[in-house]
Amino acid sequence: MSFVQLKNLDRELARFHGRLKVGAAFVALLAIALLARGFYLQIVQHEHYIQRAESNRISLVPTPPNRGLILDRNNRILAENYSAYTLELTRAQTHNLEATLAEVGTLIEITPGQLRRFRRLLSESHEFETIPLKSKLTDEEVAILAANRYRLPGVEVKARLFRNYQAGPGMAHVLGFIGRINDRDLIQLREDGREQNYKGSAHIGKTGLEQSYEALLHGRTGFDQMETDASGRAVRMLSRIPPVPGKDLRLHLDAELQAVAEHAFGDYLGGLVALDPHTGGVLALVSKPGFDPNLFVDGIDPETWKTLNESPDRPMVNRVLRGIYPPGSTIKPFMALAGLELGLRKPSDSINDPGYYSLPNSRHQFRDWKRGGHGVVDLRRSISQSCDVYYYRLAVDMGIDRMHDYLAKFGLGEITGIDLGGESSGLLPSRDWKQRRFKQIWYPGETVIAGIGQGYHLTTPLQLAAGAAMLANGGIRIEPRLVQAVRDPLARVWQAQPGGRKTQVEITPEHLELVREGMMDVMRPGGTASASAAGAPYAIAGKTGTAQVVGIKQGARYDAGRLAQKHRDHALFIAYAPAENPTIAVAVMVENGGSGSGTAAPIARAVFDYYLTGKRPGDMKLEANDAAD
Amino acid sequence: MPQTSHWIVRRLSHLDGILLTLVLVLLGISLAVVASASGQSPARISGHLINIGLALGIMVVVANVPPHMLSKVGPPLFVAGVVLLIGVALFGEVRNGSRRWLNLGFMAFQPSELLKLALPLTLAWYFQRNEAVLRAKHFLVGGALLLVPFLLILRQPDLGTALMLGASGFYLLFFAGLPWKVIFGGGVLGAASLPVVWGLMHDYQQRRVLTLLDPASDPLGAGYHIIQSTIAIGSGGLFGKGWMQGTQSQLDFIPERTTDFVFAVFGEEFGYVGAILLIVLYLAIVARGLVIAARAPTLFGRLMAATLSLNLFTYAFVNLGMVSGILPVVGVPLPLMSYGGTALITLLLGMGILMSVATHRQLNKS
Repeated sequence: MSFVQLKNLDRELARFHGRLKVGAAFVALLAIALLARGFYLQIVQHEHYIQRAESNRISLVPTPPNRGLILDRNNRILAENYSAYTLELTRAQTHNLEATLAEVGTLIEITPGQLRRFRRLLSESHEFETIPLKSKLTDEEVAILAANRYRLPGVEVKARLFRNYQAGPGMAHVLGFIGRINDRDLIQLREDGREQNYKGSAHIGKTGLEQSYEALLHGRTGFDQMETDASGRAVRMLSRIPPVPGKDLRLHLDAELQAVAEHAFGDYLGGLVALDPHTGGVLALVSKPGFDPNLFVDGIDPETWKTLNESPDRPMVNRVLRGIYPPGSTIKPFMALAGLELGLRKPSDSINDPGYYSLPNSRHQFRDWKRGGHGVVDLRRSISQSCDVYYYRLAVDMGIDRMHDYLAKFGLGEITGIDLGGESSGLLPSRDWKQRRFKQIWYPGETVIAGIGQGYHLTTPLQLAAGAAMLANGGIRIEPRLVQAVRDPLARVWQAQPGGRKTQVEITPEHLELVREGMMDVMRPGGTASASAAGAPYAIAGKTGTAQVVGIKQGARYDAGRLAQKHRDHALFIAYAPAENPTIAVAVMVENGGSGSGTAAPIARAVFDYYLTGKRPGDMKLEANDAAD
Repeated sequence: MPQTSHWIVRRLSHLDGILLTLVLVLLGISLAVVASASGQSPARISGHLINIGLALGIMVVVANVPPHMLSKVGPPLFVAGVVLLIGVALFGEVRNGSRRWLNLGFMAFQPSELLKLALPLTLAWYFQRNEAVLRAKHFLVGGALLLVPFLLILRQPDLGTALMLGASGFYLLFFAGLPWKVIFGGGVLGAASLPVVWGLMHDYQQRRVLTLLDPASDPLGAGYHIIQSTIAIGSGGLFGKGWMQGTQSQLDFIPERTTDFVFAVFGEEFGYVGAILLIVLYLAIVARGLVIAARAPTLFGRLMAATLSLNLFTYAFVNLGMVSGILPVVGVPLPLMSYGGTALITLLLGMGILMSVATHRQLNKS
């Protein structure tokens, strides 16, 4: 019995030892699995995981560059940056957006406009974006918000750089404005491969110089390579690529001259552009009415935007670049040159103007603006008196296609290539164009009125100014430029910007001289705009014009007095001065101004006076606007 | 004075030198890793030191208790544990959606912790008692003793702890000689019932398993822990980034990095070489434990030593598998490495039992 028991125990023990071996094998198997996993993670996939650990650890924090300043030719600051506190909200971090807004409203004043703007920006952004609610907080508001911050998750007070356009509404069409980067901007930036440079930037140039010189003004975004912990808090800086600030721009434009021109418009709306005829530098560029570009910087509220956008005065349209008008009689000096250069007229040729012109075999009378006509008119007189019949005939002799080709040399009907976006090309009609556009043949009567700049002709004030500059500089076609020089704000040395392209158009000097004489006659006693030159210590060469707003019926007379203001003709005037050695060329368009001599020419005179003699209009207040530097 | 020192020598003679060395080496490593993982937090380090001291003290005490005495502690502990588990089911406190805690007024207590030792002790005691007449019916009773706490813990619900407890019970039955056909039969049955088990699993448990299969599917949610810990381990490479140099560890990317995920810190800072060393240390403990089991004079000693050894490695495997992304995230600390008093005391209690079995062999013979 005891023997059996013992044997049994031995067998039990042997079985137990067998089980121990199985257990050991099981443990070994598990250990091998762990070692294999470790080998895979730490040896095979090591590179992959080291990279992931690095990207976990390192984050690039963009530091946006300071935007370049915009200065006028005398270093007056037109667009600058200033630091201010702003109240910002991140929707994703607020528990209840409406409650938070209400709470903030009890602490500091939030205007309905600010709230509307906030809601619009909110609707355009995703919920992790930080959106400004109120900018330019006062010290007291900052203190109140800081004290209540713990109650307001998602609400932050941040110090930010703001753009300020202190030059006022008059400069809005030149400077344009920056605005918050929207989805469209983002798509564009991505397409251009510039997205990286806008990490950390909230704003981008939307119009004007802010847009066209965006690449220079913005600068290069810097990046701080930060070591961050899991909650995203920066632990230390690993390396730093400092931002490169945007370039400052210096304009050809003279802010004072601009103010003088704007003032000279009085209550009239319209546009004026003054060019240096040798460089193409834009000395003044006025489009009235203007608007306050500061409204757009942090998003405009919908109401104000609607008002601006739907105003019948169209304040958002830059009339100098985008306003297209029939050139009217301002085309005559160019037509006269065309007649001479094409050999259709000799300087001594003269016509007898009975007050109308009829095409052969037609009884339709194209009337001169002067009842009864100008009598005997030669080329010089045709300009100084603005004789329509002279140009009716010349146009018919020339034909529309030769007219088109010659006027095209002066850039009419083409964009000038100014360093601002959104320029209109206008229209220089031709047989070809009409066939393409309307699938119609060209009628001889259309040639007649084309001769005096009516009909299909459309030009921008900028084109007329560039044309006037060509008459002033001897036929050099210039691309207008607003920006004269740029500087690196750190190096503080101005570097001249390359000017626009210049193309010489060959004009026989005697022919040009004759036309220029005619334009000087315009301003001399007996000329159509002589009143505007009275007492000027320098000679002016100019040409008036009117652009019809409503058609005048055959046989009816245009009577400005009887027409509603908005139906009155637009007044045009092109000029340069001093006539013998011009340093400034202008084009003026006065909306519903009636006649060029009456409203447009005096504005040009005020501009010339200030530019050439420093004289301001008597009733203009002096603004204390200190120059920078 | 000589008498006191004699007494101390006698107490210490019950410690197994090899096991003690291995345990102390592991605890030393643990101290270094916890120091690094906690950002050298003095509170954590001193807390850990106190836990270690306490647990080592308990180990020394238990090592001096003869196995036959230990075996008698099992059944009352087991009964108490089961009663408490029922208490939890009735009055327990719900935390994180499961009823695991018993609020004793001065502390919250998990009765399941008690059963980690009480169950093997009770089973070993039971088999020892019936050593001479061991039959199938004893295995049935043993299985029932295992199932009672297992099912109670399972319905808390705490799948992880239930499985770990089940494993320790199974090891004991296995070493006691559970027939192979029963083991295989049970295995086949278990595999067949997997779909049923899946259906009975709670949402969060299913999610854990799914997240394991594809952690990237939920990188900010449940997958975050696994992703960050595998990045930490993988980026450690062959030699590691060096002590306190792990970026994942030092920059807070690893959750629970002094407790359950302590190996992610270790793996990042000491690399594959460190991981091999760690596993070798665990294997050495298991090997020593199995040798003690093989040499144990009583069935109780054999079963306890073998079960505790395998159990320790199972804990290590489940934790390392979880942290390195081959097992679901279950709240199992890494034996002798993770910060945490209860687990450390339970573990060193087990080590004490092993040493008791090892050192009371000769005494029993004589």
